[in-house]
Amino acid sequence: MTQLSFLTSKPWIWSFAAAMATWVITMLFTGGSSFVGLSQATLTFASFSIIVGLGQMLVITLGPGNIDLSVPSTITLAGTVALKLMDGQSSWLLLGFFAALAIGLAVGLSNYALIKLLRIPPIIATLSMSFIVQSSAIWYNRGLRVKPPKVLADFTTEATFGIPNLALVALALSIFVWWLLEKSVFGRWISAIGQSPFAARMAGIPVDGARLMTYVCCACFASVCGFLLASFSGGAALNMGTEYLLMSIAVVIIGGTAVTGGNSNVPGIWGASLFMFLVVSMLNTYGFGAGVRLILTGLIIITVILAASRPSARAR
Amino acid sequence: MKGFSARLLIPVISLAILLCAVFYLQPRTMSYLGLNLLFNLAVPIALATIAQMIIMSVNDLDLSIGTFVSFAACVTAAFMPETPLLAIAILLAAIAAYAVLGFVITLQSLPSIVVTLGMSFVWGGLAVLILPSPGGQAPDWLRSIMTVKPPLMPMAIVASIIIALVSHFIIMRTTFGVAIRGAGGNGRSLVRAGWSLLKIKAAAYALAAFFAILSGMALVGLTTAADANIALRYTLLSIAGVILGGGEFVGGRVSPIGAVVGALTLTLAASFLSFLHISPDWQIGAQGAILIVVLGLRLIFNFGKRKGSAS
Amino acid sequence: MSDHDTVVSVKDVRVQFGAVKALDGVDLEIFAGETIGLVGHNGAGKSTIVNVINGALPPHEGAVSYGAQDSTTKVAKDNGVRCVFQELSLFPNLTIVENARLMHSDLGGWNWRKTAARLMREMLDEIFPNNSIQTQSAVGELSIAERQMVEIAIKFLNVTQAPKLVILDEPTSSLDATLAEQLLAHVRRYVSEGGSVLFISHILGEILSTSSRIVVMKDGKIVSSKPASEFSVQSLVETMGSVVKKSERKSARSAVQGSEQTVLHIPSGKAGGLDFNATRGEIVGLAGLGGHGQTEMLLDLFNKHCSNWVPEKQQNVAFVAGDRSLNGTFPLWSILRNLTVSNVRALARFATIDAAREDIQADEWKKRIEIRTPDIDNPILSLSGGNQQKVLFARALSGEAEIVLMDDPMRGVDIGTKQEVYNILQSEAVSGRTFIWYSTEMDEVCLCNRVYVFRDGAIVAELSGDDVTEDNILAASFSGVAA
Repeated sequence: MTQLSFLTSKPWIWSFAAAMATWVITMLFTGGSSFVGLSQATLTFASFSIIVGLGQMLVITLGPGNIDLSVPSTITLAGTVALKLMDGQSSWLLLGFFAALAIGLAVGLSNYALIKLLRIPPIIATLSMSFIVQSSAIWYNRGLRVKPPKVLADFTTEATFGIPNLALVALALSIFVWWLLEKSVFGRWISAIGQSPFAARMAGIPVDGARLMTYVCCACFASVCGFLLASFSGGAALNMGTEYLLMSIAVVIIGGTAVTGGNSNVPGIWGASLFMFLVVSMLNTYGFGAGVRLILTGLIIITVILAASRPSARAR
Repeated sequence: MKGFSARLLIPVISLAILLCAVFYLQPRTMSYLGLNLLFNLAVPIALATIAQMIIMSVNDLDLSIGTFVSFAACVTAAFMPETPLLAIAILLAAIAAYAVLGFVITLQSLPSIVVTLGMSFVWGGLAVLILPSPGGQAPDWLRSIMTVKPPLMPMAIVASIIIALVSHFIIMRTTFGVAIRGAGGNGRSLVRAGWSLLKIKAAAYALAAFFAILSGMALVGLTTAADANIALRYTLLSIAGVILGGGEFVGGRVSPIGAVVGALTLTLAASFLSFLHISPDWQIGAQGAILIVVLGLRLIFNFGKRKGSAS
Repeated sequence: MSDHDTVVSVKDVRVQFGAVKALDGVDLEIFAGETIGLVGHNGAGKSTIVNVINGALPPHEGAVSYGAQDSTTKVAKDNGVRCVFQELSLFPNLTIVENARLMHSDLGGWNWRKTAARLMREMLDEIFPNNSIQTQSAVGELSIAERQMVEIAIKFLNVTQAPKLVILDEPTSSLDATLAEQLLAHVRRYVSEGGSVLFISHILGEILSTSSRIVVMKDGKIVSSKPASEFSVQSLVETMGSVVKKSERKSARSAVQGSEQTVLHIPSGKAGGLDFNATRGEIVGLAGLGGHGQTEMLLDLFNKHCSNWVPEKQQNVAFVAGDRSLNGTFPLWSILRNLTVSNVRALARFATIDAAREDIQADEWKKRIEIRTPDIDNPILSLSGGNQQKVLFARALSGEAEIVLMDDPMRGVDIGTKQEVYNILQSEAVSGRTFIWYSTEMDEVCLCNRVYVFRDGAIVAELSGDDVTEDNILAASFSGVAA
């Protein structure tokens, strides 16, 4: 009984268990020959979904209906602009980074301005915003593929003590978000808003201010991800963000964050991101195609939501 | 009747203005052939928009419409010409799956956004399994329906009118449609009056799936082939179309005719921008901007109306 | 004779919500051809008995029968029991005709729109002659009064089965005098033709002029049931009043008197009425029947004094919610977090919450307000309702707020807890805090230094000192009483 409640109170365990299982199965197939390669690749690619997932998780914590669909276009625009500004020069590195952050800030502010001014659901506001951001990226990019500065390209592809640098960045950001959610005043506020916006308001929490900050945070995480992703893949591409729309939401949900809001989970994002990448490699090594992978992903998401919904439905 | 016309006013005027602007920029479009070209792709979009509208009328949102339409298109292109019975069986099963979704979402009060998001992976995966690479073919009868040349008006416009009238009849005139909108307007009252919310929402989802399947088939009829990504953008387009057509996110306030008009407007907007020599880079950005402007206009309009009724 | 056919018979019904006995052994029989006026103050059990009769709430004990059958929702409806709800049950997005369709399952057939339009037209014209409501318009576009008219007409509609009992819960609250008179005339006509009506209103004149029998409820019991002719406005108010002795209440009242320093002032609003004033160290009560503008005023006050965008340097107002599950507790959190949520900024250094200081503060308040729990880290929902409410009080009082707004916070709280909280309020008021306390319970209102009585969204009376009596409050809450 206590073990059971431990497992239900730590929902991220499931995502890690699933990640471990897939890792072992893949290893069995390859006979352990790809141990280092698979682990490093997993960590590297998972880092990107971890970073966007962290931002999306903050937004989802705000409660039902809160979701940021502008994440992929922000990734693309930030990557494009940053790389073009740096123009391959290592000395312009900081400029590029701050340009990416500024884009995140602007997108986040605009998102919340639309939500508030037009009184529309976040899903529509961020959707309309993503159209405009995506167009800006297309227009700015002009089909050029600027190479990242060498320093940056090396940093994103190399490893320190056998751990990919990107994974270390993701770890640092995760610790920051963990602090934000668990230890800071702001985290307390957004968790309260997610449980009951009205009760949060009546408890004296500046609800609009906190929500604005959350949307800005999410966009900034996306822009950092775009900056790193563009540097990692040797240039920005217009479709580089596309897969992170669904991925960012999927890792949050599989990681055990409540879709009903108020309860978020940083370790779960790691478990889920590793799992998502490992499922791909597992299915690839066993020769399954993208179709099976997609179906599995969808079924996993729905199973997780169904499993999470049961207790509350019974309580009512 | 008052609400009916007020809800339609803005969408119809926007479409008319846009149409005049296109005619002015490119007088050659003012012909049978020109109109057909302008609105050719509007039919599947209009059908997908109606599907989304039905889901929105029960206060939910379907983020898997795009992948589901792609799935339906793949099934149609892959199986319909050779083994029509198999194709029909698969599509009926898909409708049943939607009904189950509606049932489960209502029963467990799940967020429809997340559930349909998960389903979008499933439909996408199935589509890839059915058609791993672009291909298939349109059955002849479908092809001939979509390319028929009726007198006076091009096919695209005739079809849009038929879609608008049929969906208007189902959603606005029948008891079933009234119950669907009632579920969005005041679910508690509906239950108190003795209706089953579960049944109504399951039926609404099934009806939406039916329209989405028609959308996929229409798309195959136009393009003669399909692939798993053929209609991904329909998810966003359909939501935008419903909103442009005067529908609202919650409260069961929708307009099927408006939704079709909204879909036509979106289709036309793309041509309009290209006639203006605006770089295609800004095409989707303009769609976003149009959505924002319309929502802003509606807010002002509603605000003025409320102020007017208050004084 | 149809005169004494029983329509509904309620026998020894008991309903209990937590510690509150909402209905405590009620017997009520409604016969065909009579109008029963139902009066009582907040919490007397009016809504509960209505829900029991219309089948929405099965009684925990006792029995309800319609004619000769047993009761379920279906049966109540099949027996022609219709209810006009105070918070209307219409579908705002649908037209009047469509609303009628969804409310009446027997309104089917191919041409139901035409039938419904005709029936609604006839019924609206019968009840409210010369109205200008179009049956094709959407309900959301009608004025509040028109919506009320439509709801009433739909409930009186006779499609294949005539209504036998129509329950009207405050039906005239949004109608003007002419429309109200038309409705009352219709009620008399309907009753004379053999129907029966259960009529709830805070306007005693209506009750007296329309009812054939008046039932007075108090504390979940029927205290009086006599022909209307045996009542007067004065005797009704007296019957609703409690039997608690005046001297007892007086001694309990706060000895504190507010200072001269005004901390809040609100000029009278659109609805007219008196100004609102509160001074430092005062306990100001807001009284009147529920839903007459008290909560709205508290929310307005709160929103005016607490920014929604920027964190306040110092919190000026705190709010104690009455409906805990709706706007009070955070269900996922522990008792500790629920207690400190308003105050975390004061407990933080460099934006990081100091867990040790948080623990100290929570422990201090746990002792001070006696929250009964083995561990303050337990989930909030592990507490009883009364203890959850104590946590909300501790949340408001642990901060530095000068003004504490209370929105009927003691609803459904046991008497022991109430007494403990009263004592804390008294001592906090002495130390200079101002309390603005909306309460639906008479004994609480009588604890206040000064009381504003609300009716129809405005302050209609200000009572202070020895004038704060149940009789005075009741007299002001119900209109039709000569001042």
